[in-house]
Amino acid sequence: MIESDAFVQALQDIGVDFFTGVPDSILGGIIAELMERRLYTPAVREDEAVAMAAGAYMSGKVPAVLMQNSGLGTSLNILISLNVIYRQPCILIVSWRGYQGKDAPEHLVMGEVMTQFLDTMKIPHRTLSEKTAIEDLKWLAETFMQQRTPVALLITKGVVKGLHP
Amino acid sequence: MRPEQGTMQSRAMAMAALLELLTDQPVIICNGFPSREAYEIADRPTHFYMIGSMGVASAIGLGVALAKPKKQVVIFDGDGNVLMGMGTLATVGALKPKNFIHVVFDNEVYGSTGNQPTISNVVPLEKVAKAAGYVNVERVREREDLVYEFKDMLKKDGPSMLLVKVNELVEDVGRVMLDPPDITKRFMKAIE
Ligand SMILES: Cc1ncc(C[n+]2csc(CCOP(=O)(O)OP(=O)(O)O)c2C)c(N)n1
Ligand SMILES: [Mg+2]
Repeated sequence: MIESDAFVQALQDIGVDFFTGVPDSILGGIIAELMERRLYTPAVREDEAVAMAAGAYMSGKVPAVLMQNSGLGTSLNILISLNVIYRQPCILIVSWRGYQGKDAPEHLVMGEVMTQFLDTMKIPHRTLSEKTAIEDLKWLAETFMQQRTPVALLITKGVVKGLHP
Repeated sequence: MRPEQGTMQSRAMAMAALLELLTDQPVIICNGFPSREAYEIADRPTHFYMIGSMGVASAIGLGVALAKPKKQVVIFDGDGNVLMGMGTLATVGALKPKNFIHVVFDNEVYGSTGNQPTISNVVPLEKVAKAAGYVNVERVREREDLVYEFKDMLKKDGPSMLLVKVNELVEDVGRVMLDPPDITKRFMKAIE
């Protein structure tokens, strides 16, 4: 399991310096660490977080938005009509609820279709694993710089240490 | 004329008066006719014109305000837009960026899509903002009051909301003739 502080440090090391989002339990440890480092600006909706990140990007920041995958639905319009149309990149740290069909009922549909959904929206994505973490983050930074569109890092349960070990 | 009977200025007139008081401040302008009118009145590289993304002009402005604390950030918004993104009033009110001025042109309609009524005739948005934690809020109708209050807000610590009651008149203006990626690049360079 990846420690939350190591994960946050790795994001800072690739240059991310503006963090916002809406919590999910899988992201609990990461958000706690970000708050401890006074790096986290809480949002009330994921589309608001994506828009705030866009404002920060245009002000010279490298932004990341943390969200549960259900929040991708909430953000859809902003991701398309702001980030894609205006060519504004954003790092999305998305918890993959409903992964392999094992989760509460409300997560199962999005959990199943999420990668197709991201493909349809032409949002490049990759799933974080402990073994490949270094390459995953390198890919994240490169895609952010080169493609100038949103890019998603998907996090399944138990890969990054949560609040409740 | 639906909003609070009596003489009322148009949004374009109100906007022109405000743009005269601004120089190099970043201005985020919501989608629909407000962006088109601002583009027509005075096109500046510090303007971020939105097409689409209804409801998040203030969230974009908040991101700029947090990342550029030395710049005074102005948002030109519409009543329909604010109602759609009303949660952001709370986020702004809680974070209290001092450099955040939120101007809402309230014509009580979704003007850009054919004047369907909004509910801002019964929901005073400046009071919602005040309750959420905005530091200064004002509701104005007349041009003199508009200019006076806006000048005052430029001098004060925010977040501030200036709600301007305007009539439904829309200027005969075309679309914003800039490519969105160019709007991004130009705006980024101008506020560097
Ligand atoms: C998500 C979404 N829903 C609906 C629309 C269509 N639309 C464009 S502008 C607008 C009205 C905006 O109203 P307001 O903020 O009051 O500005 P006004 O047009 O009155 O100047 C609407 C409904 C849209 N662009 N996006
Ligand atoms: Mg309106």
